[in-house]
Amino acid sequence: MSMTATRRSGNDWLRDALPKIVLSPSLAIVLVFVYGFILFTFYLSFTDSRILPSYGLVGWQNYSRLFSVRAWGIAIDNLLIFGSLYIVICCVLGLALAILLDQKIRAEGFIRTIYLYPMALSFIVTGTAWKWFLDPGIGLQAVVRSWGWESFTFEWIKDSHMAIYTIVIAAVWQTSGFVMAMFLAGLRGIDNEVLKAAQIDGASNWSLYRRIVIPQLRPAFMSAFVVLAHMAIKSYDLVIALTGGGPGTATELPATFMYSYTFTRNQMGIGAASATIMLMSIAAIMVPYIWSELREKK
Amino acid sequence: MATNASANVIRTGGGARFVIYTLLALFCIYYLLPLYVMVVNSLKPLSEIQAGGMMSLPHEWTLAPWRSAWSTAQIGVAATGLKPYFLNSILMVVPAVAISTVLGALNGYVLTKWRFTGDTVVFGLLLFGCFIPFQMVLIPMARMLGLMGLAGTVPGLIFVHLVYGIGFSTLYFRNYYQQFPTELVRAAMIDGAGFFTIFRRIMLPSSGPIAVVCIIWQFTNIWNDFLFGASFSDYDSQPMTVALNNLVQSSTGVKEYNVHFAGAIMAALPTLIVYIVAGRYFVRGLMAGSVKG
Repeated sequence: MSMTATRRSGNDWLRDALPKIVLSPSLAIVLVFVYGFILFTFYLSFTDSRILPSYGLVGWQNYSRLFSVRAWGIAIDNLLIFGSLYIVICCVLGLALAILLDQKIRAEGFIRTIYLYPMALSFIVTGTAWKWFLDPGIGLQAVVRSWGWESFTFEWIKDSHMAIYTIVIAAVWQTSGFVMAMFLAGLRGIDNEVLKAAQIDGASNWSLYRRIVIPQLRPAFMSAFVVLAHMAIKSYDLVIALTGGGPGTATELPATFMYSYTFTRNQMGIGAASATIMLMSIAAIMVPYIWSELREKK
Repeated sequence: MATNASANVIRTGGGARFVIYTLLALFCIYYLLPLYVMVVNSLKPLSEIQAGGMMSLPHEWTLAPWRSAWSTAQIGVAATGLKPYFLNSILMVVPAVAISTVLGALNGYVLTKWRFTGDTVVFGLLLFGCFIPFQMVLIPMARMLGLMGLAGTVPGLIFVHLVYGIGFSTLYFRNYYQQFPTELVRAAMIDGAGFFTIFRRIMLPSSGPIAVVCIIWQFTNIWNDFLFGASFSDYDSQPMTVALNNLVQSSTGVKEYNVHFAGAIMAALPTLIVYIVAGRYFVRGLMAGSVKG
């Protein structure tokens, strides 16, 4: 629409080109540093790169080796456990808190501020706080024992079967308030009239929520899912700060795997292959989402 | 958010309200607990923590852990405390936020008021760049920073954050300017105003709120970043998050939990203050970054 206006204001070439000139550095940066780099890493995943990039092609070898490495299997299993629990618990907790907060609560703003502040923190800070709080030697276990319950035991963070759940605990703590805010915004957008009508028909509060309110929150669920899934796949800092990927490799996730294989184990080809898998899984979630959002806007 | 939509209709009795308030209060405790643990334990001697007193208030209040974390604690190879790394983070954050916000504003302006064929594709390309796993760019970026002579420096980190911050800042300004009446822009064009004049005189004066949102978002993200900091910095250019992690993970000597907690609060304080002072804008940025593409 502003195209016509541009034309009216003169045939001056510079004038027409100026907006594109202004946009072009950003576009160039993104084309090189996002898409060019993606292609480069993708290419490396088919090469014999070890400590430095090398350009001898080896076909799918890195991928087949990647999927035969035990640590990658653990990372994938952990991502499935962590990701699904993280998404489900955040959504359930977020929705529950949003519904509770939507009941004309006094000091709602204050409570919301408390629920959401972890989102402002670095995962390294969150990891540090939870690392020592969950540490059996000084944290929760030691505290409860010092209160007189001598046999109380909570050693998940040291237990290679349970450690991944401590990551869930800390990650849920950090993000659930944000999911609450998303659902609260959704709740505030629901039409009152439908609810009133259903209530006149004698529907109970429970069925009002189950039959009318929650189904209308579908867009909020979609957004929450996309945000949480993408955060789960990218999770790196929290694991590093909380468990360092341990005990052993018990809390390895794809992001930590990629880093250690590329930069400390000098298996850059395999590292690049793992990064490619990460990108594919995020793209599978984000591309349809961005596509639909941009189409709606048109 | 003036009215509680569902609450206007759904009524709850006295007993139910008691339960609701109790639950809400319990969750306040849950969210505040780690903060309480950090604050309380940063103000007590190490012996009290080792004796199982993590949850109690200090018997003996002390600021020594704070002093140690700030100026004398062992970080990596040097006993410098977190102070130099805090400064690194500030030196990194300020230019990266400023430049990416300005570029985002200009991009948003072009993409909404000077539309051209394919502009949605350009925006889509910028937008997807926000969400890629950065593992995918670590290897080539390390080489590129080496070629540019910026490897292991604060300017290198500024550059990296700038590059991957443009997408989000463009997203904010583009969505905001989309609501801005195009008629005003067109009228100014007819009056002969040029590209930059319109931006300066018409767009910028009304961009306050979104600029705040964008600055807060970029500040929080860049300050809290760990991956780029850990990948592209040297001992003397590490940002705060990397230094804090080194402090906490150091395996030598006695673990000084109280110093770790003091350091964690120092790393959290800047973003926490921003959140408390301008929480409304922080939430708006979060929502705009997720709910709307």
